[in-house]
Amino acid sequence: MAGAVDQAAFVEWLQRIGDNALILGHRVSEWCGHAPVLEEDIALANQALDLIGQCQLWLGLAAEVEGRGRTADQLAYLRDAVEFRNLLLVERPNGDFGQTLMRQFLFDAFHIELLRALKSSADPRVAEIAAKAEKEVAYHLERSADLVVRLGDGTAESHARMEKALKSQWPYTGEMFLDDAVDAAMAQAGIAPLPSSLRPAWERTVSEVLAEATLAHPGEAFSHKGGKRGVHTEHLGFVLAEMQFLQRAYPGAVW
Amino acid sequence: MTAVQPDLSEVWHWLSQVPDPEIPVISLTDLGIIRDLVWEGDTLVVTVTPTYSGCPATSIINLDIETALRGHGIGKLRLERQLSPPWTSDWITAAAREKLRAYGIAPPVDGTAADGRLAGRISRLAGTSNLVIACPRCGSTRTEKISQFGSTPCKASWRCTDCLEPFDYFKCI
Repeated sequence: MAGAVDQAAFVEWLQRIGDNALILGHRVSEWCGHAPVLEEDIALANQALDLIGQCQLWLGLAAEVEGRGRTADQLAYLRDAVEFRNLLLVERPNGDFGQTLMRQFLFDAFHIELLRALKSSADPRVAEIAAKAEKEVAYHLERSADLVVRLGDGTAESHARMEKALKSQWPYTGEMFLDDAVDAAMAQAGIAPLPSSLRPAWERTVSEVLAEATLAHPGEAFSHKGGKRGVHTEHLGFVLAEMQFLQRAYPGAVW
Repeated sequence: MTAVQPDLSEVWHWLSQVPDPEIPVISLTDLGIIRDLVWEGDTLVVTVTPTYSGCPATSIINLDIETALRGHGIGKLRLERQLSPPWTSDWITAAAREKLRAYGIAPPVDGTAADGRLAGRISRLAGTSNLVIACPRCGSTRTEKISQFGSTPCKASWRCTDCLEPFDYFKCI
């Protein structure tokens, strides 16, 4: 490894990446049985499955590094909202199909750049999870970009909805690229890139797809932030209430 | 008297008889997910790699491996997960690809995995695709993609515009 690793920072960072996958995976799974057409329903369920699978790997590693005997499941089901480290973007309510798709696209374009960079992490456990996840996320990005183009450059109704979706999700994208002390420690140790370093590649993908989708690029905007340090919107509590209900009501229940 | 340790080639053969729980016409060895078999003393260590991170079949596969090997008299065994190198559909054997086709699933076209690099590919977004997939039923190459995701994480949904049948395509990853 490149440098000594601050273990607490490493666990914190692993929870961030794991919680993004978990909360977005849960949000996307809420569509199961409700999507506009069967094929989309199946696609959303599959993506949710990929994300929850990735979350198990990341939170499993977080639990291992933490060394307190906790498991990925315990991290997922027994932490309260203030202990979650996901970006605010991924806890945003699903809204209509356009809003879900726009959120997915803006996240996928970031996710793929992060995973690509992590493939050369100084920690081989991080590198191997990233290599696995990148292959899956490449399909997520192709699909979400495809649908943003189809719906943006679609009917007057679909265009208007995508425009509205972009406007509402955009202020939540800035948080993806904010560097803090945890990110600095990870970059110093060669474990992860600084989030800000991923912005140019993300910006290229987003600009290209929005142009093709005939959607105006929103440009600079105010950034909501806080998720990475546990300050969440009111929406996360409702996600957790549903997601954690079983383990809270019946502690230790297993299949 | 203790039983003689079975030869590893025999164990490989046993595993080649264990069907994939989702696509039972192919076996676990056909899929290329058994990465290694070794004896550690009197314990058989089976190294398995998952296809997709969230594939729900993973735990069933582990259970099936254990059940099969115990059925062949292996008392002590341990399953290990190996993530790297990540599983690729390139590891699906040639014989298995034919079995998939006969079962109605178009086998993967190697070298066409999504790489998430959109530049230059935008033109093929919105449904158009360079990928030529032959219909597993009538053999026609006049086919089109319905969705990048199908009935399991490893498949996409396609349809044939000649015989009009929808079919699964085992996607390249």
